[in-house]
Amino acid sequence: MSDLIEVTGVSKAFGGVQANRDVSLKVEAGKITGLIGPNGSGKTTLFNSIVGYHPIDNGSIRFEGQEISRLRVPQIARLGLLRTFQQTRIYSKMDCVQNMLISLPHRQAGWGSMFTPFEPELMDKAEHLLEFVGLYAKRRLISGDLSFGQQKLLEFAMALMNEPKVLLLDEPTAGINPTLINGLIDRLKRANEEFGITLFVIEHNMRVIMNLAENIYCLAHGELLAEGHPAEIQNDQRVIDAYLGAH
Amino acid sequence: MTAKNKQLLLCALILLAGIVAPFLFPNYTFQIAVLWVMILFALTWDIMGGQMGYNSLGNIFFFGAGMYICAVIQIGLFYNVGDYTSAYGAVKVDFTPGQYYLGLVLGILASAVVSALFAVIFGWIVFGLRGPYFAIGTLGVAIAAGELVGAWDWLGGGSGISMPTYPGEPDDRALLFYFLCFGSAVATFAFLRVLYATRFKLAINAIRDDEAKAEAMGIHTLRFKIVAWSIAAFFLGISGAIYGNMSGFIEPLEVAFPTVTFGIFMVLMALLGGKGTLWGPVLGATLFHVIKEVTWTHLLGWQWVALGLLIIINVVYFQQGLLGWAQEKWPEAFGIRVDEPESADDNAARRAAE
Amino acid sequence: MLDNLSLLFDLAPVFNIQLLLDGLFIGAIFALAAYGLALVWGVMNVKNLAQGDFVIMGGYIAYSLGEWGIHPILGLPLAIVVMFAFGWAVYVLVIRRVIDRDLFTSLLATFGIAIVVQQSLNLIYGPEVKIAESGFGIRSALDNQLTVSDIKVVSFVMAAALAIAVVVFMKRSRMGQAIRATAQDPRAAKIMGIDTDRVYAFTFALNAAICGAAGVLIAMIWVIQPFYGITHSIRSFVIVTAAGFGNLPGVIIAGLGLGVAEQYSGFVMGAEFQQATVVGLLVAVLVWRQIQQGRLRQVVQ
Repeated sequence: MSDLIEVTGVSKAFGGVQANRDVSLKVEAGKITGLIGPNGSGKTTLFNSIVGYHPIDNGSIRFEGQEISRLRVPQIARLGLLRTFQQTRIYSKMDCVQNMLISLPHRQAGWGSMFTPFEPELMDKAEHLLEFVGLYAKRRLISGDLSFGQQKLLEFAMALMNEPKVLLLDEPTAGINPTLINGLIDRLKRANEEFGITLFVIEHNMRVIMNLAENIYCLAHGELLAEGHPAEIQNDQRVIDAYLGAH
Repeated sequence: MTAKNKQLLLCALILLAGIVAPFLFPNYTFQIAVLWVMILFALTWDIMGGQMGYNSLGNIFFFGAGMYICAVIQIGLFYNVGDYTSAYGAVKVDFTPGQYYLGLVLGILASAVVSALFAVIFGWIVFGLRGPYFAIGTLGVAIAAGELVGAWDWLGGGSGISMPTYPGEPDDRALLFYFLCFGSAVATFAFLRVLYATRFKLAINAIRDDEAKAEAMGIHTLRFKIVAWSIAAFFLGISGAIYGNMSGFIEPLEVAFPTVTFGIFMVLMALLGGKGTLWGPVLGATLFHVIKEVTWTHLLGWQWVALGLLIIINVVYFQQGLLGWAQEKWPEAFGIRVDEPESADDNAARRAAE
Repeated sequence: MLDNLSLLFDLAPVFNIQLLLDGLFIGAIFALAAYGLALVWGVMNVKNLAQGDFVIMGGYIAYSLGEWGIHPILGLPLAIVVMFAFGWAVYVLVIRRVIDRDLFTSLLATFGIAIVVQQSLNLIYGPEVKIAESGFGIRSALDNQLTVSDIKVVSFVMAAALAIAVVVFMKRSRMGQAIRATAQDPRAAKIMGIDTDRVYAFTFALNAAICGAAGVLIAMIWVIQPFYGITHSIRSFVIVTAAGFGNLPGVIIAGLGLGVAEQYSGFVMGAEFQQATVVGLLVAVLVWRQIQQGRLRQVVQ
């Protein structure tokens, strides 16, 4: 298996705060990789660095072997590296179907394609994906009127519509009703297996991440603390200390 | 009768009304012509302000630019522009009908294209600005343009340019410019109607709702923004070229770059009718123009105060506009509903069958 | 234009001092009005496009006093009181209702206020340029090459005194603390028992009062006209955008700098380019801020 994302020695500081220091990790193609760490350990900063949200101070980020740390957000997204947001972001004044349609892949979008109508196949795909996440009946509602959990599902469906190679999920289960979490885990796994999308997931819910991921990285104070299979991470004394605040 | 047919019927009725209006009310030809200009204003402002969420206060720049570009072409094809303007209209220069029409056609085309080009150039400059900064920045560009043209002697400076005189009867002239105004407004509407059925509309709507998300999803946001502004500028340029010839005299502050009259009317009309819709700006412009024409002269100098009050009342108490209000009241009529739980497969099959 | 340039560099270098001084005197007042804008912007997140029209309103208060035979400098306390009340009324009638909406709404609402104010002034006073005569003397130095009227010095001192008074008020008084707390986190301030609505009303009224005072000074050392408001608004925006709000030294430096820049461009290119200079500077500052933000892959918002 090859490495899809390769982060080497990345550092990022905001003013005096060192959010990431010399972080190196790899996301293997076709697998689900987890990223955990206490609050403020620099997980979201690392995500932002990978998707090009801000320039990094040091290090290199490679996607399929290509250096992407100097590219901008839309360029990276068009390479097939997509992220969802911790604070769910959707197009709140459009209905669900419209949200889905405009999330179509923009990889080969030329100037002419700006003015093409939506083909029926796209409509089918949008509706099937809405059905996949359980929002089909609400497809004509304004997305801003949906509940927070439903908006999260919609954001996930939009990401699938974009046919990414890697999907970076920032706390997919935060704010979701605990009874729905199992359904969501199931869908994430199906997205990985059926659509072949590599997942890289930030998650606070240990039960979820231990169930989901095949390989987990743990960050603390902006530095990489541990790496390993769920079982290894669970028993790693450094990880336990970090979470219990022994630092 | 389906909703689509109803809309077609409405369009046909409006077209018919537009064609017969100058013959039914020959005394009001100019006022009705300006109504079409207003509709074009509101429609083009709404591309950016309503559909894309970029509230420009300086779109009037393209109107004025079109006006001056057209004038320069019309005059410059046959005379020295500097000599012509320095005479301040004192020397009547005659244009033969051939010269006049050639200049007019080329002038309108050039103003459309060059205005759109200006939009591309300014787009690179101002599209890093968001929200209020964008509004103030564009307002600045429009005011600066007025000031610069006012100081540019070659273009007649603050005393303006007398446009070439129409080679024919005054009534024919009125009709010609009426139908040019009418045609440009109809063309704008038709173009936008087609445009809004494509990916373009959803993309600029996405930029309006959450631009950072749109970027994160890989949409070419800058490209869409520049094209959207160029389209607005294209039609505004045409409109400026026609309006300049219709009024016969152009000058920078009151006619070409009037930021606090036409410039703010655009915004107000689109808001009044309901921004972000196709019919809202048309409705708002019609309402605004009719009310303005009827009441304006009776307000004895207080009309500008009334305009300011209207802006305040509009944005404070009635921001969703007429169509927005209707959508809140009857959401089902606008297709907002919880659907019968059939499955996506059924829908796909039905679409395939159609 | 080149003649004027050579005048500055070769023939009469003293004239540079004259331009510099005049620029600083007028710039101090620009900075005062801009400080008011920064206050409203920072505390309430309202971009007040009627800022310059509040200034002009203050100017006409001083002018009216002069017409009635009262010395216009007494317009300073009067303008502060009247404009404070006016600002409060505008807040209650308009701003309160747009403060939670998107920024364009408040921008457009204040633009509407600007139009109402300037057109009303035009109907009352007419479109002529007006001055509030102070009747103070003029000092000169270096064989009359350098002239400074007393009123400019007086106004400079008053602008400085007003600015210090406002800063002390913000630091020391109970209301000042409430304003700063609300600026940082309105929700937390509300939970802690601060009446944020009153704080906003006070802030907006305070801004109007500052503008009114600035207007009185402008009317005495310069000119006023009903439609000059928009230029003053843009000046305030240029200064605040260049300095960033919450940066008082920056506002002062940018204000003085703008005053000097305008004097120079007015002298070199001619007075008719004055407004163009201000607007040109606005565009330049915005472009500069964009480039700055662009390096961090961010936008100006």
